[in-house]
Amino acid sequence: MANNIFVIAEHIKGKVDDVTYEMLGKAKELAAGGQVIAVLLGSGAKGMAGDFAADKVLYVDSPTLADYNPEAYEKVIAGLVNSHSPNVVLVAYTSQGVDIAAGLSVDCNMPLLAYAFRISAGSVTSQLYGGKMNVESAVEGDRFIAAVIPGSFPAAAGKGSGAAVEEVAAPDLSGLKVKFKKLIEPAGGDVDITQSSVLVSVGRGIQSEDNLPVVQALADKLGAALSSSRPIVDAKWLPKTRQVGKSGLKVKPKIYIAVGISGAPEHIEGMKDAECIIAINTDPKAPIFSYAHYGVTEDLFDVVPALTDKL
Amino acid sequence: MNIIVPIKQVPDLVEELEIDSSGKDLDREWLKYKVSEFDDHALEEALLLKEAHGGTVIAIALDGDDIDKALFAAAAKGADRVVKVTGDYAGASNHTAAKVLANVIGGMNADLVLTGVQSVEDRDGQIAVLLAHYLGIPHISVVTGVEVSGGNVTVHKEYGGGTVAEFEATMPVVLGIQAARETPRYVPVARVRQAMKSTELEEMAGGDAGVSAGSSVSRMFKPETGGSAEMITGSAADIAARLAEIIKSKI
Repeated sequence: MANNIFVIAEHIKGKVDDVTYEMLGKAKELAAGGQVIAVLLGSGAKGMAGDFAADKVLYVDSPTLADYNPEAYEKVIAGLVNSHSPNVVLVAYTSQGVDIAAGLSVDCNMPLLAYAFRISAGSVTSQLYGGKMNVESAVEGDRFIAAVIPGSFPAAAGKGSGAAVEEVAAPDLSGLKVKFKKLIEPAGGDVDITQSSVLVSVGRGIQSEDNLPVVQALADKLGAALSSSRPIVDAKWLPKTRQVGKSGLKVKPKIYIAVGISGAPEHIEGMKDAECIIAINTDPKAPIFSYAHYGVTEDLFDVVPALTDKL
Repeated sequence: MNIIVPIKQVPDLVEELEIDSSGKDLDREWLKYKVSEFDDHALEEALLLKEAHGGTVIAIALDGDDIDKALFAAAAKGADRVVKVTGDYAGASNHTAAKVLANVIGGMNADLVLTGVQSVEDRDGQIAVLLAHYLGIPHISVVTGVEVSGGNVTVHKEYGGGTVAEFEATMPVVLGIQAARETPRYVPVARVRQAMKSTELEEMAGGDAGVSAGSSVSRMFKPETGGSAEMITGSAADIAARLAEIIKSKI
């Protein structure tokens, strides 16, 4: 059956996010002869759709849409979904998409499946429980929204020579209760972990700030930078600049040594493309071992100092 | 200022997860639950705002496993009121949970609603956003900083790569909290016990949800472990020697 598929394009600082192409590629497969319709919002941003592999691009231009604003974007996108009635809407499970997807579900009365990484007609598989369980859901009816985990599908299939752009007038966006003010970039001055060919990355398993020297010693021996998963940064044991993952940095070092990191999907998103991943974690069921090339379940406090000595 | 903090209990992922005989849900008989970590951050941010600006913090949760203890812990940390929404919510979807919470919170004259940006069980979407839409007020998710001034709130929303977007919103607003500005405070069990004696656990009826997720679980399964990881075993010294070999060959 032919399906019309909406793909909500995402961009930040003038650049289209890779997940947009990943979703476009998947949409082509789901459309089965129907149309892939990319939805792009922005201000003077029409050109961004130039390499979208889509049948059509709906473009809405307004100064208010120049930067993402949850209230404005939802209003515009919900209007388009309601007027075009696509069968499937693909939204990225990103900082922007998390606001959009659930909002559309209510405003457009469509089922939503979150944390989606596999999608076929009427069935969506979500990654739940920090990556420890997958759940396949059957959708009632034939329309649904999927919030797609970045990195789930290849981006190449979503790149093409562009499509006919249909400009749609923006609805009235005055009187919004949420106003975008500015983007704040992280303070520089710290090491750039994306440039390091070897990373020693530390997670909750380190237990206490007092134990950081154990992993720092290994990093020093390897001439590597010390990076971390989110909880270490939230606890302020390391600066934000060291965080690997969804809301941190994406890294592709030659060697990534994950110490005491379980491998929640948000972390995996930032490091799964490393050339060689070594994971040290006492929980043999930890999701990190599904991505690692080499795994160790011995206590990090025994293995890491021993390894530091051997190098 | 009225700050409402919806919290919920989720399975503690430190425990081993097993699938029940239906093949569609976790085997919950022996599961250990804990407050969703992002809800813990939401409560912390609420308490920080109250300490700086005054106001009332109300922790609220749907009835469920161990929820009384979680609410008393919130009281021990500094929540002024704790509310349990009564009804049968076992296995409720997030759409249902959010609608029921909206029924109750709608009558609370909220200025701010702070809850976790996500939980490990959000199959049908995140509570913060669903709740905002059922309440008919705006929302911002992935929030790492909140400042209140007059009737407005300045919010930091986190993007990838450490970039942060600053928004200003008119209250009331729902914020999906990613991280509080401080590490969530810890309360010893003795203080929670004390709170159980001194705090009234208010009960409010949830009323009709009248909404559903529009989907159902057809199967739950453990991720195919890639099997790609070569597990290295032996003594710490043996493991270290092998790892050193691997690392040296790659640099």
